[in-house]
Amino acid sequence: MDFETVIGLEVHLQLNTATKIFCGCRNDFGLEANTCVCPVCLGLPGSLPVLNRQVLFSGMKVGLALNCAINTFVKFDRKNYYYPDLPKGYQISQFDFPIAKNGFLPVITGGQERRIGITRAHLEEDAGKLIHDDRTNATLVDYNRTGTPLVEIVSEPDMRSAQEAYDYLTALKLTLQYLNVSDCDMEKGSLRCDANVSIRPRGESKLGTKTELKNMNSFSAIRRAIDHEVASQARTILSGKPVVQQTLLWNEEKGMTIPMRSKEQAHDYRYFPEPDLVPFTLTEEQIDAVRRALPELPYARLRRLIGQYGISEYDGTILVGDKLAADFFETAAAMKVDIKKLCNWMNGPLMKELNDRRCRIPGLKLTPQDLVALINRVEDGTISNLAAKDVLSDIVETGKDPNIVIREKGLAQVSDDAQLETIVDEVIRENPQVVEQIRSGKASAAGFLVGLAMKKMHGKANPKILNTAIQRRIANV
Amino acid sequence: MITNDTVKYIASLSRLHIDDADLSRFGGELQNILQYVDKLSELDVSNVPPTSHVFRVENVFREDTILPSLSPVEAFSFAIESHDGHYKVPKVIE
Ligand SMILES: [Zn+2]
Repeated sequence: MDFETVIGLEVHLQLNTATKIFCGCRNDFGLEANTCVCPVCLGLPGSLPVLNRQVLFSGMKVGLALNCAINTFVKFDRKNYYYPDLPKGYQISQFDFPIAKNGFLPVITGGQERRIGITRAHLEEDAGKLIHDDRTNATLVDYNRTGTPLVEIVSEPDMRSAQEAYDYLTALKLTLQYLNVSDCDMEKGSLRCDANVSIRPRGESKLGTKTELKNMNSFSAIRRAIDHEVASQARTILSGKPVVQQTLLWNEEKGMTIPMRSKEQAHDYRYFPEPDLVPFTLTEEQIDAVRRALPELPYARLRRLIGQYGISEYDGTILVGDKLAADFFETAAAMKVDIKKLCNWMNGPLMKELNDRRCRIPGLKLTPQDLVALINRVEDGTISNLAAKDVLSDIVETGKDPNIVIREKGLAQVSDDAQLETIVDEVIRENPQVVEQIRSGKASAAGFLVGLAMKKMHGKANPKILNTAIQRRIANV
Repeated sequence: MITNDTVKYIASLSRLHIDDADLSRFGGELQNILQYVDKLSELDVSNVPPTSHVFRVENVFREDTILPSLSPVEAFSFAIESHDGHYKVPKVIE
């Protein structure tokens, strides 16, 4: 039987506000346990939450960037459940009036452009962190994370493969990074993702029974977990059994899932309006002001770069994938430089320098001006491509002017005609058989002589000029 | 109708222990409460927008400014048990 996979994703994003969503405690990662807690985020009796204005505006930014409609009436609700990570016994979330709904994100996947629907984005508070302690055989709780502002972004079940889910997440993360509302770091837990997965016979319009996958800590783990779950559901159905609706925890080391205990799955949240917070109304003017203040988003920028500079979608995708790299490119592209060459240098040798150093553009001392100068020294024949890569490795560290490095290292190609002619004479004299081959029409043999001449000149020659000189000499002798 | 099973389920959601002997008594009391609240459905509210808050107040914000948090002594003063800067609770995770 041929199955179709159906995937919907829920992404939790921690906002990078200075303080928590409902209290003035510091919103920071990696601080000593329970040092940013107060009566509000500990849920002590008599304390009252007050919404952080910045959180509502960041939520609006996320919603608008995902092409959502922003609700002009926004309220909060209690989601009730008992667990030690939740000191109040409920999580303040949004139920029927989320900040944003009905949007989409354009995603390039499988060489095609697809719009993945966004059902909704809502604001809520994060829970605390539980640690199992072997020595005391107890659970230890750190409430620093409690009350961290979150946006939960729920997609439509629009993805049809694990790779599409991966591409959606990549595009989503990039969009969120451009908004500068979160550091989007999965390792720190500031971006987390659960996947709802089901399969159905191809052509069937009814959705199959879904399972929810949790506990994936990277985009590739999400891709692996989905692939694993799709295969497992197919085996279940083919053996004549029904898929059981349940929550599964992904174990990355073992490459398998384990069901959550049914007790933990029995959720009946009994949502009701949060009486401790008043509702919020947003005007169209406020929403428009946030919309106008949005930065150019990655997808729009990709389309513009392709149109404006004539670069390929492939090159553009790499550039736009790092906002600062794209900024660097555009600054350089405004100077006198061959755009295609600039693109190749950025996505080739410069990318290699970045990867070698595990850093991003601001970690290098390279300026767009110097990269352009270096590219132009190759174009005007001053140095070879190889030597230029050497210069690049130098100037990204030192921030020196490439022209100075070329001079200091003596990398400039010899353009002294007399010296060049002497070397050409030498190789022609020393290799009569090769010369004979060239004369009898084997043009490619000239490359061998160019190589020999290059060696004699310690690489400091322009191969094109050498080749011309050798051909001319052979024709004239 | 509030059955004994419903009472047990609500008790489990609320982390309450209820003796089997008390189930039918609580069921009856819950039933009475629901009937009392049901009287509200007799009112015609078709022209009344749903209330989300009893006060006619909107848009109460705080600015994104850091305020002092509790000191460790204060933070643990009401904890039944603590260990190594953490609140300690009965084991809930494997
Ligand atoms: Zn607090």
